[in-house]
Amino acid sequence: MSIERHEIEKLAMLSRIAISDSTIVEVSQRLGSVLDLVDQLQGVNTEGVQAMSHPMQAIQRLREDEVSELNQREALQKIAPDTEEGLFLVPKVIE
Amino acid sequence: MKWDTVIGLEVHVQLATKTKIFSGASTAFGAEPNTQACAIDLAMPGTLPVLNKQAVHYAVMFGLAIDAEIGKESAFERKNYFYPDLPKGYQTTQLEKPIVGRGNVEIQLADGSTKNIRIHHAHLEEDAGKSLHEGDFRHGVSGIDLNRAGTPLIEIVSEPDISSAEEAIAFAKKLHSIVTSIGICDGEMSQGSMRFDVNVSVKPSGSDTLGTRTETKNLNSFKFMEECIVKEVERQIDLIEDGGTVIQETRLYNGDTKVARSMRSKEEANDYRYFPCPDLLPVIVTDETIEELRRNLPELPDARQARFVEEYGLSDYDASVLGNDAGMASYFEIAAKTSGSAKLAANWTMGELAARLNNEDISIANSPVSADQLGGLVTRIVDNSISGKMAKEVFEGIWAGEGSADEIIEVRGLKQVSDSGALEQMVTDVLAANQEMVDDYINTDEAKRKKKLGGFMGQIMKASKGQANPQQVNQILAKKLNELL
Amino acid sequence: MHNRTIAELINGLQSKEFSSVELTQHFLDRIGDLNPNYNAIITVTAEQALKAAAAADERLAAGNAPAMCGIPILHKDIFCTNGVRTSCGSKMLDNFIPPYNATVVENFEQAGAVVLGKTNMDEFAMGSSNETSFYGSVQNPWDTNCVPGGSSGGSAAAVAARLAPGATATDTGGSIRQPAALCGITGLKPTYGRVSRWGMIAFASSLDQGGPMARTAEDCAIMLSCMASFDDKDSTCIDREVPDYCAALGQDVSGLRIGVPSEYFSKGLNEGTEQAVRTALAKLEEQGAELVEISLPNTGLSVPAYYVIAPAEASANLSRFDGVKYGYRCEDPKDLQDLYSRSRAEGFGEEVQRRILIGTYCLSAGYYEAYYGKAQQVRQLIQRDFEKAFETVDVIMGPTCPSPAFKFGSKGDDPVAMYLEDIYTIATNLAGLPGMSVPCGMVDNKPVGLQIIGNYFDEARILNVAHQYQQITEWHDQAPEGVAS
Repeated sequence: MSIERHEIEKLAMLSRIAISDSTIVEVSQRLGSVLDLVDQLQGVNTEGVQAMSHPMQAIQRLREDEVSELNQREALQKIAPDTEEGLFLVPKVIE
Repeated sequence: MKWDTVIGLEVHVQLATKTKIFSGASTAFGAEPNTQACAIDLAMPGTLPVLNKQAVHYAVMFGLAIDAEIGKESAFERKNYFYPDLPKGYQTTQLEKPIVGRGNVEIQLADGSTKNIRIHHAHLEEDAGKSLHEGDFRHGVSGIDLNRAGTPLIEIVSEPDISSAEEAIAFAKKLHSIVTSIGICDGEMSQGSMRFDVNVSVKPSGSDTLGTRTETKNLNSFKFMEECIVKEVERQIDLIEDGGTVIQETRLYNGDTKVARSMRSKEEANDYRYFPCPDLLPVIVTDETIEELRRNLPELPDARQARFVEEYGLSDYDASVLGNDAGMASYFEIAAKTSGSAKLAANWTMGELAARLNNEDISIANSPVSADQLGGLVTRIVDNSISGKMAKEVFEGIWAGEGSADEIIEVRGLKQVSDSGALEQMVTDVLAANQEMVDDYINTDEAKRKKKLGGFMGQIMKASKGQANPQQVNQILAKKLNELL
Repeated sequence: MHNRTIAELINGLQSKEFSSVELTQHFLDRIGDLNPNYNAIITVTAEQALKAAAAADERLAAGNAPAMCGIPILHKDIFCTNGVRTSCGSKMLDNFIPPYNATVVENFEQAGAVVLGKTNMDEFAMGSSNETSFYGSVQNPWDTNCVPGGSSGGSAAAVAARLAPGATATDTGGSIRQPAALCGITGLKPTYGRVSRWGMIAFASSLDQGGPMARTAEDCAIMLSCMASFDDKDSTCIDREVPDYCAALGQDVSGLRIGVPSEYFSKGLNEGTEQAVRTALAKLEEQGAELVEISLPNTGLSVPAYYVIAPAEASANLSRFDGVKYGYRCEDPKDLQDLYSRSRAEGFGEEVQRRILIGTYCLSAGYYEAYYGKAQQVRQLIQRDFEKAFETVDVIMGPTCPSPAFKFGSKGDDPVAMYLEDIYTIATNLAGLPGMSVPCGMVDNKPVGLQIIGNYFDEARILNVAHQYQQITEWHDQAPEGVAS
């Protein structure tokens, strides 16, 4: 199975991973090979089978609404690529 | 051609929890940037979410308030998209199994009629942070503040049952009234505590086929919402009548410039790839929890309105104004109880106080005049200590922080003279000093005498420096003049 | 000292035969000498280790120190370590120094264990050969032309080369058991939810589970007793008492019903590997265990189901690495989209990118049901296979992987060839069951692993079975050439 160029481009856009023109064919082939593998699922009869999202039949625990995390800005921003005035900086966001 | 408008609303309500939906960081408004964004809120590697119990309970309370089915088993999904204010690169939200199912909200319209707006569902989700485009930082960059990231929201999705801007506003205000009355949201619109996405379409009057809708996102005031709907309906009708077609798109409305624009390019690119969040397990709400929350559910606006008529003898109108706003309602009740006069307390709450708060854009929760203080002021009006005119002066004093009504009356010497002995002497003195006026009064035709009283009143009030109790003076004056006839 | 097991080292420390500082220095020296041959460790924390060792010696002197006190270990570089770089084998996190500890790290710290450093791994735990690490591949101590397996190849190679007596690891589709098998050591993947995932950088949240690697089952039991805990910071962590795994090591295997799935001895299984595993099974039968032929009919579907579910979850889990809050950011981004796309293209290696793209594909509109939805249903079928099997057997055994360690680059350009390496291990992750690998023979001078799968929370039983096997065999004592001296 091969994936068409425009599909690869869409995946690259959705996942925000730049794919260069020179590798797009190779990427497509290898993805295609993996999709051939997972396509084995298509033939399985799963009628009436529940989808399973969690291995355990557990339920969500709830946390009390109490403040436990105080200001850690300094420690957390020390490892940030670019900050100023306590803000994380990015190239201008255009809505 | 006549057109019908079809509107559906998606309302984001920030829940009044102390901490985030998935972390123990504070949600208090107005903190320094990123001082309330912990490792979880920042999506640091290896961090995991744990659900806030209060957020779940608040959502269930909303469901109970609108008589909705409660999702006894709800679940969280991830909604994937990249945006700098979305630290994980996905929003944790509910899609397949929301915590609140179908419900109903009844709205009242200006003509006195009511209408039911169906709620499709309401779900729990996390808020995003904020992108700041102007600040002290370098040119060409945006600053990201993640304090708001992870604040719990319920998103309330209505059916497209709304058919005008007026109904949309009535619906939005009713929701505001409900969520503030049951205490799950502070209702502070200016802080973004409630935000609206408006879906609008038009169709030929009477047609069964819905038109193509547009969605205008993130409106944070009733006024902007009204303007935006009116303009959008007009735009769609004009477009169709000119032979064009409405395209399904997301729009942004700028309340300052009153201009809406399309965000279509962004919309087309989106594919949110929802899937169940593997870090969170099914959320179970037991019947016991539901019943306990139901038992403790604060009074709803409709019930409160009825009670105000019944218990305080307020008019339907006064009861609806006071009963619909949780802050006003509790303020009024305290003032009424403190003063013993519901009618006067209602007048002052809706009149002087509301006007002043509105002028200065202060919420009633932050009113400089407390409900107790207003009650104290009303008490002094009721017992005739001060006149209505003096009361306004005292109100100003309380507003300015000079103390309680009694303190201000004392300090400013505003106490009304109601001592009848003193007043009688005052009247006697004024009559003696103005014999001409007295003669004139006596010689005037009986039917016209009443008009002459004003002159004496003016003199007496002047002599008492405005502190004489006018009703009492009136009585004494009439009595004394009659004796002279 | 490096030839001793953790159990023996504990005796040595407690009988004051040597101190933790001496022991720690010995392993640090070995790491300095030998690690360049294997590239198993990417960060050595000598200074902190010696300090911790000195503190441990004090605790040991005071008496009542916990079992692991003073024992040197290594952490897989997927566990966040406060103040120490945690790279996850990726350029993306080459500069990432977390200000917090993973719960697993915290548990060992509390117990007084001494951390020598962080081990190499496949990037974001995605790989079965350790060839995807940003820090270069790890050499298998048994044959440095061969891979150590992955993704916990650094931990496995370090333990095999006796650079540490034990190491932490993680297993999403076989990442503990497969490298343990290829490096001739013992490794345990616990039941999903037994070990906290807090601070363990997520690959596929519903499959990831941390576990120990050591030379013997007894050592794994000692480590797991320390590593496992209930953690309220991880919603998927199960609130269940941690048993004393060492206390359960004395049971003999007579009467033990061992399920032998025919699907685990299928085409593609190396002949020597099969022989070694069959011999091991016969050995246990001699001891009174009963071999029961069983079927896990959906085994063949586990690889395709896994390669939908794991990449889907990963595609969302890895969205947080966007160059905004931490980690790699590309040079001179021309705009926001360029910042995202280039930081992620430059920061992630090829295999990680491929899995993100696959996951994105499987979740995208139009494909969700056919891929993700279907895979979740197949996952249920696979779990049912095990449920049914455990109605008649106590444990399940078979090979850990199809063949012994393979040469670097030998899987070629087709990613699927590598994915099939995990054919016998993946199903237990999908079901959430515990599984172990213990050395059970040699093929071409390379170790073979016997896999032991238990029912939910049956770690004590499989550790005991492995321990009993190791009491009557010596495969676990074998050392690669030059390592034991």
